[in-house]
Amino acid sequence: MRNERSTEEIALGIRRRVFEHSIRNNGGYLSQACSAAEQLAWLYNEELHLGAPTLPLIPGPFAGVPALGNDAYRTGAGYNGPAEPEFDRLFIAPAHYALVAYATLIEVGRMAPEGLEMFNKDGSSVEMIGAEHSPGMEVHNGTLGIGLSTAAGLAWGRKRRGEPGRTWVFMSDGEVQEGQIWEAIAAAAYHRIDNLYAIMDVNRQQCDGAMSSVMDVGDIKAKIEQFGGVAVRVDAHKLDQIREAARTPHRGKPLIILANSSPFRGMPSLQLRFPGLHYVRFKSEEERSSMNKEIARSLRVDPVAYEGTH
Amino acid sequence: MVELVSRPYARAFEAYATQYPYEILCLSADLTSSCEIDGFRDRHPEQFLSLGMAEQNMMSFAGGLGLAGYRPFVHTFGVFMYRRPYDQLMASIAYPRRKVRLMGFLPGVTTPGGMTHQSIEDISVMRSIPNMTILECGDATEVESICEAADSIDGPVWCRVLRGSVPRLFDTPIRVGEIRVLSEGADVLVVTSGICTEEAMRARAAFAKAGLSIRHLHLHTIKPFDASALLDHIHSVTHGVVTLENHVTEGGIGSLAAEVMADAGVGKRLMRLGLRDTYAHGGSRPYLMRYYGLDALALVKGIESLLGEEFDITEDDLDAARVDDVHSLVKAEAL
Repeated sequence: MRNERSTEEIALGIRRRVFEHSIRNNGGYLSQACSAAEQLAWLYNEELHLGAPTLPLIPGPFAGVPALGNDAYRTGAGYNGPAEPEFDRLFIAPAHYALVAYATLIEVGRMAPEGLEMFNKDGSSVEMIGAEHSPGMEVHNGTLGIGLSTAAGLAWGRKRRGEPGRTWVFMSDGEVQEGQIWEAIAAAAYHRIDNLYAIMDVNRQQCDGAMSSVMDVGDIKAKIEQFGGVAVRVDAHKLDQIREAARTPHRGKPLIILANSSPFRGMPSLQLRFPGLHYVRFKSEEERSSMNKEIARSLRVDPVAYEGTH
Repeated sequence: MVELVSRPYARAFEAYATQYPYEILCLSADLTSSCEIDGFRDRHPEQFLSLGMAEQNMMSFAGGLGLAGYRPFVHTFGVFMYRRPYDQLMASIAYPRRKVRLMGFLPGVTTPGGMTHQSIEDISVMRSIPNMTILECGDATEVESICEAADSIDGPVWCRVLRGSVPRLFDTPIRVGEIRVLSEGADVLVVTSGICTEEAMRARAAFAKAGLSIRHLHLHTIKPFDASALLDHIHSVTHGVVTLENHVTEGGIGSLAAEVMADAGVGKRLMRLGLRDTYAHGGSRPYLMRYYGLDALALVKGIESLLGEEFDITEDDLDAARVDDVHSLVKAEAL
């Protein structure tokens, strides 16, 4: 399934949707849209081989958790199409990027815009931290660091059966503070799981602030290579570099694209909020109003008319 | 003398897993011979995955295999399968109801490895995890049937598995959800699981001599649990209930009995025997069972305490404890 629009247009659309949503809700994961828009737009619009969605464009309400007898339960993977052997799979490992991932689904026509209106509303499946049942999600990844291991298991299992579809993980650099990431890379290398791919949003930010101020992780590329993976550094906002990186030979090894990103890309006024970028909640009506005007100008849209604005 | 079966898991797992070469996978975390799957690894490498000492990855990886449609049997010491990778067990296996079979070896004090090796609170943890099924082996026949029993479950299963030289106490396989009724007395109900069942059986003759009529139940299925069956047995005895388990008394089968009795408003006494809010330490199994009150003599004292009566049963009145050959290849203490 290919979208008619360019990946650049989709990336801009993602930023605009997340901006509009965050202004309207007085906060949101704005910075993640800045850093990751091109990566998610590229995955969905170009790189991933996905079938047509199998779930309704407007997400259904929360239908319970997996339990014996809950036959209504389903994951949100259907927004990425059916789990057929030839198709790729995608895990959003840092589930905190859910808002950006939902915006991506809308931009590529896999979810209706109404889906975002349900974000973080009681009784909705469009949860703030993407759950298994949230659109585009297939496993729980809200606890950081577990996504790559799950994908490695899925990829190994698919390879054993000779399935051509690849398993992709969208990751973040903060996750590599978790030791499990390194266990996963070592295991994937040892078992030659080369149908495993990841693109990591290297924005150098985490919940407490800049990673260098929390616990610096050093040279991620060198570490991945030492653990047996193949890593390629790219500029996260240059699509040609990402495209080329995905073609890097990696026989017998997982490929991890390190996408060096700017946490302010497309919304330069967010720099005023540094280092508190993980979840941007406006501290005053004045700040909300001025961010509304300035970011709107940067994104070439009108400021958002929200409740209370005059 | 009780028949001792050597390494029943090794044979049983191989016989079962090879029936499903495309669905069942054998995962190991650097304890392959310690979990008796070294022969399987050597003979069926295409079904074997070595994931090293990296349990966090192994649990999520197993979840991914489950998502891919496989039924992984994860092998390591029980304690290593939930303490460190608890988050992964929860998010990658239990929540999504992956058909992962968690084969936890060396339950409770069956290892001399001390605190770091002894899973003394795993049942408590697993009982509180939604979607989890819990099975525990009490003899060689149950070890031989645990693979098929676990694999019949539509979801994750926690198994307490015995290795090495294992006594044969039963002649029928595990039937998930059923309670084994080992004696049908009318005075006191004794409920045991795992290795403690053999201990209770050792005291059987002594109780009969003392004129005490014991109703003895063995639980191999701890979750889900049929409360009504247990209640029927509780109603069938005059005095009360004594539980004995290779586990802390909080959250295990003692707690299970307490919950069942309280929920139903049963006004009988309950004596919970097991590790009493304490860690164990390193030592031989008979020593630890005596020291921590998990053996036949502890059961005798528990029943005496419940009834407020002494029966003059001493160590000499109990059936002989098994003495394992500590130099044999199948010694239970090998790390």
